[in-house]
Amino acid sequence: MLFRLFSSGENVNPEPIALSVRQLHKHFGDIHAVRGIDLDIAVGECLGLLGPNGAGKTTTVELLEGIQVPSRGSVVYRGEALGPRFRAEAGIQFQHTALQDFLTVREHLTLFARLYDAPLPVDEVLQRCALEALSDRDARKLSGGQRQRLLLGIALINDPAVLFLDEPTTGLDPQARRNFWSLVKSIKADGKTVVLTTHYMEEAYQLCDRIAIMDHGRIIAQGTPSELLAHHFGGAVLSLPQTALSAEQRAAGDWRAAGDRMESVVADVDAALTALRRSGTSLQQLLIREHTLEDLFIELTGEALRS
Amino acid sequence: MKLQRVIAITHARNVEFLRDRSALGWNLLLPVLLVLGLATIFSGDGQALYKVGVVAESPDAVLPVAEVEPLMGLAFTDFVAQADHARALRLVERHQLDLLVDFGSRRYWVNSSSPKGYSLVRMLAGFDDRPLERAVVSGEQTRYVDWLVPGILGMNMMFSCLFGVGYVIVRYRKAGYLKRLSATPVRAAEFLVAQVLSRLLVIMVVTCGVFVATEWIIGFPVVGSHAALLVVALLGAIAMIAMGVAVAARTTSEELANGLLNLVTWPMMMVSGVWFSIEGAPTPVLWLAQALPLTHLLEAARGIMLDGDSLMAVSGHLLVLAGIAVACLGLGAWGFRWRER
Repeated sequence: MLFRLFSSGENVNPEPIALSVRQLHKHFGDIHAVRGIDLDIAVGECLGLLGPNGAGKTTTVELLEGIQVPSRGSVVYRGEALGPRFRAEAGIQFQHTALQDFLTVREHLTLFARLYDAPLPVDEVLQRCALEALSDRDARKLSGGQRQRLLLGIALINDPAVLFLDEPTTGLDPQARRNFWSLVKSIKADGKTVVLTTHYMEEAYQLCDRIAIMDHGRIIAQGTPSELLAHHFGGAVLSLPQTALSAEQRAAGDWRAAGDRMESVVADVDAALTALRRSGTSLQQLLIREHTLEDLFIELTGEALRS
Repeated sequence: MKLQRVIAITHARNVEFLRDRSALGWNLLLPVLLVLGLATIFSGDGQALYKVGVVAESPDAVLPVAEVEPLMGLAFTDFVAQADHARALRLVERHQLDLLVDFGSRRYWVNSSSPKGYSLVRMLAGFDDRPLERAVVSGEQTRYVDWLVPGILGMNMMFSCLFGVGYVIVRYRKAGYLKRLSATPVRAAEFLVAQVLSRLLVIMVVTCGVFVATEWIIGFPVVGSHAALLVVALLGAIAMIAMGVAVAARTTSEELANGLLNLVTWPMMMVSGVWFSIEGAPTPVLWLAQALPLTHLLEAARGIMLDGDSLMAVSGHLLVLAGIAVACLGLGAWGFRWRER
């Protein structure tokens, strides 16, 4: 199932490479969490890492961040191994980050600003992340969305060239998620390189220039969202209520359950509809839709993203 | 090592500590309670050495004066009127009275297993037919309290040093805050030095405050210089905070940290000479004591306070404290882990 739209050696991407990963492996005891990943991330690109729980996304991104040390393979940042230059130029938002107790939003940003040689002014970051009104609030009293904005602010305080976001909107309500997306879009517009892991297909679709789908510690597909869909699917998705299909049709394997409906991926819509009519199936409640990344994900990994 | 980063982390930790009302309260309240306790115990001329029950009509009866009964003139002795004879005997049996005397029937009762009772009986013998000759002790006597105060203050410092820094680092690691810091240019040594500085500041302020208060309430002598005492306290605190850093360098669970910290603090409680001198203890105990920073802190502090020693005179202790500090900080920085795994 492994395929690649662009192999890294070809001169397809004119942008210089920010991060380059070769044959990356990570073992935790008996667990082989990352199994040979190759990846090039261009300067100014937003790469999305997608995969079901336990696919190795967080481990991979932590290897890229230099937080974990690879068992084998290399991570190269702008031609050199991860070192002081990378730490000074990378901004990181972890999936779970505790902050110090009893410090306000502004104090947190000031603390992290002092850890870098050339930080952004704290007021600029407060404004950027819509935190001005909250600057004197104890960080423990922030809502989920406000807290994520503070963590993003901390990740931005050194004006990073490359920004890592590990599931930044997990657990946020839709409004807070949309606000966060517009923030990330404005950061992308500044030309920063972004590496994002996410559970949400819509998030990947909205933010990412390129997507790498991971499963069992490997990248099983990568490309732009439209390339991936075009490569994997022609045709469309047919959707019918379960009751509209006979037991034989349901058992045949062309259809899979999706809530109280059944869906089938078809290459030739005309032929499929003709066949359904012939078998006497009611098309009263038929829906025809385009493929989504969700479909692709299920196609590739065999499981729904939120499982 | 970048000073700006050390100062930033030190400042953040100070703010966190000062705003944590419950922790701050305990850090200030405990030494105040210690001082009040000491002041209460040692108020008046000094601690009563013996407790003698005197059979009387009522608990508030007027007891005979020393001119009538020479025993009543015994110094460092509390005399307590006992109206209930049976209860008074029970107190003797339980070592709560060292002796019970009935001047009416010229009889006394003593617990034959009580060392204090034995001494009192020996003294009683002297009052009647063969009075003992009183020998004169020359020179100024050290009160027990003068000897004990450095011990109590040192013990308070020790717990504050070890638990104060050890717990905080383990909590930061468990919560993932250290992992976040590791993604910045901060180095382990910078982080650890900041933790030591922050804790040192707190401990020195609290200890100096308690010292001044105790000096004012109890009034103990400081023969040597206060500046020398400050140097000893600083170095002792750094050595003990460094021990806390070494314990917390890789520990990921609060339970394990708690056990390790207890393992380090309890021997110091017992053999470093907080409560009593360990002179004459078995050799292995003396060896153990010499390896513990509190022993050297207390011996140097007592030398300065009681004997007027100079820094030169206690330089051996200072060297050991500096050695422990450097070794523990080095070990802590070398074995330091940012993450739980």
